[in-house]
Amino acid sequence: METASREPQGTREELVAGWRTVLPACVAVVPLGLALGVLVVHSGLAWWWAPILGAIVFAGTMEFLLVGLLAAAAPLAQIAVSTLLVNFRHVFYAISFPLHRVNGAGWKAYSTFALTDEAYALTVTPESAGWSRARIIGIQAFFHVAWVACVAAGAGLGSLIPPQVVGLEFAVTALFVVLGLEAYKVRRSLPVPALALGCALVAALISRENMLLIGMGMFVAAIVGSYVLAVRRSRDD
Amino acid sequence: MTDPWYVLSAIAVSAAVTWALRAAPFAMLAPLRHSALMAHIGERMPVGMMVILAVYTLRDTDPAALASAGPAVLALALTVGLHLWRGSMTLSIFAGTAAYVLVTSVLAA
Repeated sequence: METASREPQGTREELVAGWRTVLPACVAVVPLGLALGVLVVHSGLAWWWAPILGAIVFAGTMEFLLVGLLAAAAPLAQIAVSTLLVNFRHVFYAISFPLHRVNGAGWKAYSTFALTDEAYALTVTPESAGWSRARIIGIQAFFHVAWVACVAAGAGLGSLIPPQVVGLEFAVTALFVVLGLEAYKVRRSLPVPALALGCALVAALISRENMLLIGMGMFVAAIVGSYVLAVRRSRDD
Repeated sequence: MTDPWYVLSAIAVSAAVTWALRAAPFAMLAPLRHSALMAHIGERMPVGMMVILAVYTLRDTDPAALASAGPAVLALALTVGLHLWRGSMTLSIFAGTAAYVLVTSVLAA
């Protein structure tokens, strides 16, 4: 009796622990989720695309960008490369994410699929290396459900906003600016953002429609170039 | 109306690339973990990408036209100023967007 009830009991406790961990993150993304839903409706897509987008792409920044790319009917290749560059940071999350605690191929597949910025941030603490599968998957799944619900609610709200109200797309600009400021705080070095600004402006002069690819390409090439130079310089020393 | 197959393929492509970026490093973690080039790129990429994305979202703003550039400059200043002052993402984004919507809606009316 006791042995039989221990496992589900433990799972429930672990799920509750996961819920407690993820709750602040769920609250924090409510405005963003609502904003994404509103944006989807205002860009001319049917409201039900909002929860589909939120559930399947499940990478906040990219979803905002994707709405704009969809509205501009961007080619799939541009969408693929933009996703690659915008979400490239996720490559580094594997370093600390406790995937070794998640057993089973299916669970591992979901866990990597739902490895968002927030899931990474919540599991970056050293004690997460001892968390159970139920707790880790719980954190990710709760966050997934909360995000899709917020996006769907935003899409519902969005259809209530009268068409005379324009300029809502600035929320995306503000999001990128704020995330940029947060990223700047990590190194507090001005040359890198200045270089990026230069790349973006030059790319916009070359082609306004393809500036994302050109600008990001130039920027990554410059960063790789600076690395090669730094390595050479340290070898010469 | 946008072609649903195009939207669906775009969502699928974006999701597949995102998933690959999240899952692949676990498979080839060992060499990647200690790559100095990856660390160098990883440190500089986020801030640069956000700057380029922010400029991209403003690509249809005409810097020579006050009615177009004015609201953008105002809202950007408000967003950055509030964020440096209070550090709350929600407040900065909400206030900046509200200011932009207010000014552009009044100008458009």
